[in-house]
Amino acid sequence: MTPEKVEKALFIIFAVIAIASALNILLQRSPIYSALSLIGTLLSLSALYLTVRAQFIAAIQIVVYAGAIMVLFLFVIMLLNVPKDQPQIEKQKGLRYLAIPFAGALIAETFYVLRLVPARALPVVAPAMADQAVGTTWSIGVGLFTSYLLPFEVTSVLILMAVVGAMVLARREGD
Amino acid sequence: MQALLTTLLFVAPGWVRDWITHEKQPNVFWSEYIVWPLIQIVIVVIVVLTLVAYLTYLERKVSALIQARLGPMRVGPWGLLQPLADGIKLLIKEDIVPIKADRAVFLVAPIISLVAAMVVLAVIPWGAAWATIANVNIGLLFILAVSSVGVLGLVLAGWSSNSKYSLLGALRSSAQMVSYEIGMGLSIIGALMFARTLSMSGIIDAQQTDSLWGLGYFLYQPLGVLVYLTSALGETNRAPFDLPEAESELVAGYHTEYSGFRWALFFMAEYSSMIVTAAVAVTVFFGGWYFPGLGLVKNPTLFVLLSIVIFGAKIAVLLYAYMWFRWTWPRYRYDQLMELGWKWMIPAGLANIVLTGVFYVLALPKAQGGLLGFMHEEKGRLIPTKLGILYFIVTGFVVTIPIVWGLLTTINRRSRDFNLHEQRQLQVNLRRERLEKMLQQGAGTQPAEGGQ
Repeated sequence: MTPEKVEKALFIIFAVIAIASALNILLQRSPIYSALSLIGTLLSLSALYLTVRAQFIAAIQIVVYAGAIMVLFLFVIMLLNVPKDQPQIEKQKGLRYLAIPFAGALIAETFYVLRLVPARALPVVAPAMADQAVGTTWSIGVGLFTSYLLPFEVTSVLILMAVVGAMVLARREGD
Repeated sequence: MQALLTTLLFVAPGWVRDWITHEKQPNVFWSEYIVWPLIQIVIVVIVVLTLVAYLTYLERKVSALIQARLGPMRVGPWGLLQPLADGIKLLIKEDIVPIKADRAVFLVAPIISLVAAMVVLAVIPWGAAWATIANVNIGLLFILAVSSVGVLGLVLAGWSSNSKYSLLGALRSSAQMVSYEIGMGLSIIGALMFARTLSMSGIIDAQQTDSLWGLGYFLYQPLGVLVYLTSALGETNRAPFDLPEAESELVAGYHTEYSGFRWALFFMAEYSSMIVTAAVAVTVFFGGWYFPGLGLVKNPTLFVLLSIVIFGAKIAVLLYAYMWFRWTWPRYRYDQLMELGWKWMIPAGLANIVLTGVFYVLALPKAQGGLLGFMHEEKGRLIPTKLGILYFIVTGFVVTIPIVWGLLTTINRRSRDFNLHEQRQLQVNLRRERLEKMLQQGAGTQPAEGGQ
């Protein structure tokens, strides 16, 4: 029993949970159960980030997605209150068949990318070097404020514009 | 006997093994990662749950003290067994699940709340060395992350009860918690700039070298402390922000339909998150388990035990303050609550970050481009000199607070929500205008009642 083996075991456990709850999102009829399954997927994804020593991303994954965004999802589902046993009548049935080519394209892309990566070529981080690894708060902070400063600032401005836009749209009705 | 001892030593924590055998063992996996953490977890859970039970007792005793009453006195000496009696009462109460409720979610929701509140206890540095369960290098982020998941428990509880009061209560409290979470997250960033780490133990170590006598960052970050403590009250739904269950005004919030022990689970979650927010405040701002003079203790075991006592005492002071606030301040109105969160706490947190950043950069060593050079580098860390300590205290109290106060009053100059006199005056004036208009029109059929 070594830490590496435990890590592998944890990876398998959380990968299975992630895929199972992702399937459950699609299989559930009630939107609230789908949302709960999505939370399960997001939480196990963040555990997977931990197994590759990306602690900061794991924590941010929970703060942003599982904490903030899913609460908003639940708000919307709660307030719209879709009846559990009456699925919405599909208005455009033709769209459903578009899903097949899209899914095919996505799978093809995945395989293409996987083919580019040679087996066992991914750099393995030694435990002693874990503090210097890519996923820590320190390295992400340095990266964001030096090499990726412009993309970071542009994204912030974009999000700010989205927030202001949402405020304007929401207020216009009332006034 | 020998075999048993060897097995015990095999799973014993490192510090015990070193203490007994004075030799290193090659395989420390079981002892360091499984057995010792489990022992610590069991101890912490038992202690915290007992503490939670006695916090309810303390709450009643403090309220009694403030209102000049006795409080619970009947069960046991000075009513000390009251929490036990309450626990038994809650356990044997009927556990009602409404027929129209969504059963599965209804049953799971309080568990989500409690688990989210308890998981966080793992990363809190209860004391020096072996008294810390997990020293994660994202400790503080982990706490913020998991407590943001706790909101889900409330939302689900409110929705699954299938009742108007619960749903509205859940909306009320989750909106409040989401808002105050932001202020809480912003307020600690100033202190993190000094500590330069997110690890809880790392923050405490940093304070010992950085701050005045190791007292803590509260001297550098008075505004941060203020915003943090206020937001923590809102985050834990304590008075004066206890809108989620304002027992004297509203039907109780998201837990209206809950009864018996499931209802108690929500309260256990609330009280343990009180302990957690107090522990975070102690860790980030008040020096954690360190107190000036602790360094004089040379015996390592005594040192750790004393550090646990100090940490507990600091938390106890903050918890007493929580209860004191509850019986001192009247409850906020809901719009005032949101106003305070969004228009006062969040801008104050942001301004604090900017100002702290400016003062920090000015004080950098001259070799690194600082103007004042109030810091020197030591073992890869920047440590303020004596003049630097004075500089940070003065800028924190004398410069930051007036600037932010001016800024906030400018932002909120048009907001009338906290000025109750003006609000009343507004209504009186409107009424007077209406009456005067009526009198001028000569509509003599209606007598002007109550107007001047």
